[in-house]
Amino acid sequence: MNVLEIQNLNVTFATEGSTLRALKNVSIDIPKRCIVGVVGESGCGKSTLINSILRLLPENGKIDAGTIKFEGHDLTKFDLSQMKTVRGSRISTVFQDPMSALNPVLSIADQMLHIQYRSKLRRKEKQEKSIEMLRRVRIPDPESALKRYPHEFSGGMKQRISIAMAMMMEPALLIADEPTTALDATLEVAIIDLLKELQSQIECSILFISHHLGLIAELCDQVIVMYAGEVLERGTAHQIFHDPWHPYSARLLECDPANQTSRTRQLPTIPGEIPDLKAIHKGCIFRSRCQYCEDICTTVPEEFGINGHFVRCHRKSQ
Amino acid sequence: MSEVVSKFLFTLRRIVAEPLGAIGLILVIGMIFGAIFADLLSAHEPIRISPRDRFLEPSLVHFLGTDQLGRDLFSRVLHGGQIALSVALIAIAVSLIIGIILGLIAGYGPRWLDNLMILTFDAIKSYPTVMLALALVTLFGPSLTAVMIVVILVNVPGYARIIRTQTLALKSSQFVASAQSMGASTTRVLCIHILPNSIGPLLILASMDIPVVIAIEAGMSFLGLGVRPPTPSWGAILNDGFTAIRDTPWIAIAGGVPIILTTLGFTFLGETLRDIFDPRLKTRV
Amino acid sequence: MVSGDPKGSLDRFLMLIYSLKRLALAIAIVSVAMFLLFVMTYLIPGDPASVALGPRATEAMREALLVKMGLDQPVWVQFWNFFVNAWQGDLGNEILSNRPVAHVVLEQLPWTLALIAGGMIWSIALGIPLGCWTAVRRGGLTDRIIGVFSVAVIAVPSFVIAIYALLLFAVYLQWLPAIGAGNPNDFGDQLLHLILPSLAVGLGWVGYIARMVRASMLEVLEASHIRTARAFGLPDRLITYRYALSIAILPTVTLLGVGIGQMLSSAVFAEIVFARPGVGKLVYDAILTRNYPLVSGAVLVTTALFIIINLFADLIIGYLDPRVRSRF
Repeated sequence: MNVLEIQNLNVTFATEGSTLRALKNVSIDIPKRCIVGVVGESGCGKSTLINSILRLLPENGKIDAGTIKFEGHDLTKFDLSQMKTVRGSRISTVFQDPMSALNPVLSIADQMLHIQYRSKLRRKEKQEKSIEMLRRVRIPDPESALKRYPHEFSGGMKQRISIAMAMMMEPALLIADEPTTALDATLEVAIIDLLKELQSQIECSILFISHHLGLIAELCDQVIVMYAGEVLERGTAHQIFHDPWHPYSARLLECDPANQTSRTRQLPTIPGEIPDLKAIHKGCIFRSRCQYCEDICTTVPEEFGINGHFVRCHRKSQ
Repeated sequence: MSEVVSKFLFTLRRIVAEPLGAIGLILVIGMIFGAIFADLLSAHEPIRISPRDRFLEPSLVHFLGTDQLGRDLFSRVLHGGQIALSVALIAIAVSLIIGIILGLIAGYGPRWLDNLMILTFDAIKSYPTVMLALALVTLFGPSLTAVMIVVILVNVPGYARIIRTQTLALKSSQFVASAQSMGASTTRVLCIHILPNSIGPLLILASMDIPVVIAIEAGMSFLGLGVRPPTPSWGAILNDGFTAIRDTPWIAIAGGVPIILTTLGFTFLGETLRDIFDPRLKTRV
Repeated sequence: MVSGDPKGSLDRFLMLIYSLKRLALAIAIVSVAMFLLFVMTYLIPGDPASVALGPRATEAMREALLVKMGLDQPVWVQFWNFFVNAWQGDLGNEILSNRPVAHVVLEQLPWTLALIAGGMIWSIALGIPLGCWTAVRRGGLTDRIIGVFSVAVIAVPSFVIAIYALLLFAVYLQWLPAIGAGNPNDFGDQLLHLILPSLAVGLGWVGYIARMVRASMLEVLEASHIRTARAFGLPDRLITYRYALSIAILPTVTLLGVGIGQMLSSAVFAEIVFARPGVGKLVYDAILTRNYPLVSGAVLVTTALFIIINLFADLIIGYLDPRVRSRF
């Protein structure tokens, strides 16, 4: 049973004079109680994916085709007021930068009470629930923390508060948008442990977005590799990390600093740049940077898969 | 030279492309035209009193009617434009010169002088404009000189502050340091390196002060503290009309509408220019 | 990381230091303003006594007045006396009735303050909603119309607005009373008389506030914490007013002090146009009667008032914005 099923999602942005194709035929399944990681370089469409699910696309962005099925309902058919009932209650989000994700002029109490605005609980009970949530994310002295303002906390503490806010309404799906990128490595581990712990308690699914492969490998059950707005490969974490099918996935793993065994002055990188998404592309999107590029790659590869391991590459499907 | 012309034409095209810019340009050109050719355009003398023609309604002979002394309002309005325009241009030019000099001194001079000057600027700025004007007029007596001094006092601190900030920023910059290391004198560094870099935004702000100055002149003349009768000024005409507002409203219209149109025209034009040249200034109020 | 309480009290201590610093600066500015005012009166050709007495005064009368005003003493003594007396609230006596200037000015001040307060209410009550409204619906026709309206009311001088408002609403439509401050015993009547003048005083700032709020709202609505609030499905009204406006309003609050200064200028005109009592009318009449000490005293009082209001606006920011509160 899947909490979220995205099928053939296409998103474009209208820019001056042309359209930018941000997502193309993206299909993703997130099973219940499962942590799904999305990896890819910056600009691969990770944020657009989140914004499409939450309907927070900027004004020039548009979902052209595809369905986003959440708990059996197609979110693309929802109007804005229906979307609002989903946001924050069934789907919650933890954003990248804890420094700017919380409102600077409202106290933690205000913000946590506002999130519970749909709840029928009395103010006192909401307050107690907030304190309980802060305790669960291990904020010291949660009663007084509630009265403070975001700037009075460190980055790591702010991110814990963000997680507390996101988990408070016990969502079915938590979207974590690079939640540890802005933090120190030591804090990173603690935040990840916290996410895991709360996930198993609340029994929600997590869509975890990161460019940190190590984190994804450690945390996620399933992994999706995105490149230039397309899903190139998806499968279990074990499949992706131990037997990557797509050349791009393989290069990503090679380039991960954690995989460097020998001392080197230069980190390996994938040569070339992400293609211009305003231009029209024929064939495989990774073609221009692929070392195995052949004639056949000028045609679009079909998705090929066995045992839940899917890839879009002619080398595999041939 | 042709480069300057083409740049000018390019700017002109961008101004006209904006509806507000086009309206502003038309109003400003109309106002300047009326002021320059005031004598040609009006059949009557602005200060000739004619007791037989008192309080005449607008007609083909007197386009805007006549006032309580029988003077032709159309002619007075055109000549009032001359006063408004010349006060604005002269006062702003003088303020600019003084402001630039003081700003350079504050920015380039010793720290204590800078602090003292900033404190003085703040003090001058803390007088409410009209109160400052009233205080000065008691001492000078009502005159255009008093108006200009008020305008200069009000404008100089702002201009000087801009030049000071830019000077401070540039003083520590690489190219000024290298000029100094090559033995350039202080004056040379100021004139060649710092001034050209800071003059642009200053001129835009100064052009946006034109309507403010016109408003100050009209306001002081309205209070009888600016031009002396019988010199025509829009403020003075408005005052004439105000005393007789119930019976002869056209005098108040003749005095006020030019003020409205001119301030609007210069403001629209100034805003468009600012948006074209320096969008960063947009947030400044 | 934060734990325990000391940070809160430290904040308060730093805030106190900041307030004291601002206070010291305000006192310095008032002192410099006094000095400049004094220098101005001193440098001007013709001594205040002859200015006050007019051209037909005899030499003996002039001498007598000079002594009475303390102008026969060396300049630094004069300044010191002026300075010390002014800080003690003694601004000298006015010439006509010999009453203390401070007394006369303070008597008229409430009228002017009421006018400014009225203008403030107009500008806030209209400006903030207009700014919010246009920010939320930016790019539309109403946004453009309100934008042009804002520029226009900023550009057109307040006394012209005052006169035409008088002409339209009081003379032609006769909806509102034209002149005076209303029956002294009838509060409602006084309010009715306040509507037009205070609108003339505040209309320009309606434009300022609308533009400023719009600009900062647009900036704040882009912030990532607003995205967070949206992602939590908070209602639009909550987001617009509690999450965005509460931040977008801050730059406006710092400028309200400046606004009050400008309204003070407009109030002078409004008092004259609508024949209302007040400091502006007082100074205007004092000029016509060459009552110089009264003019300079009134200028000093209004300037000090303006500086105090600005100080206040700066300190209020500290209480509205928790980030500033802890920064100082």
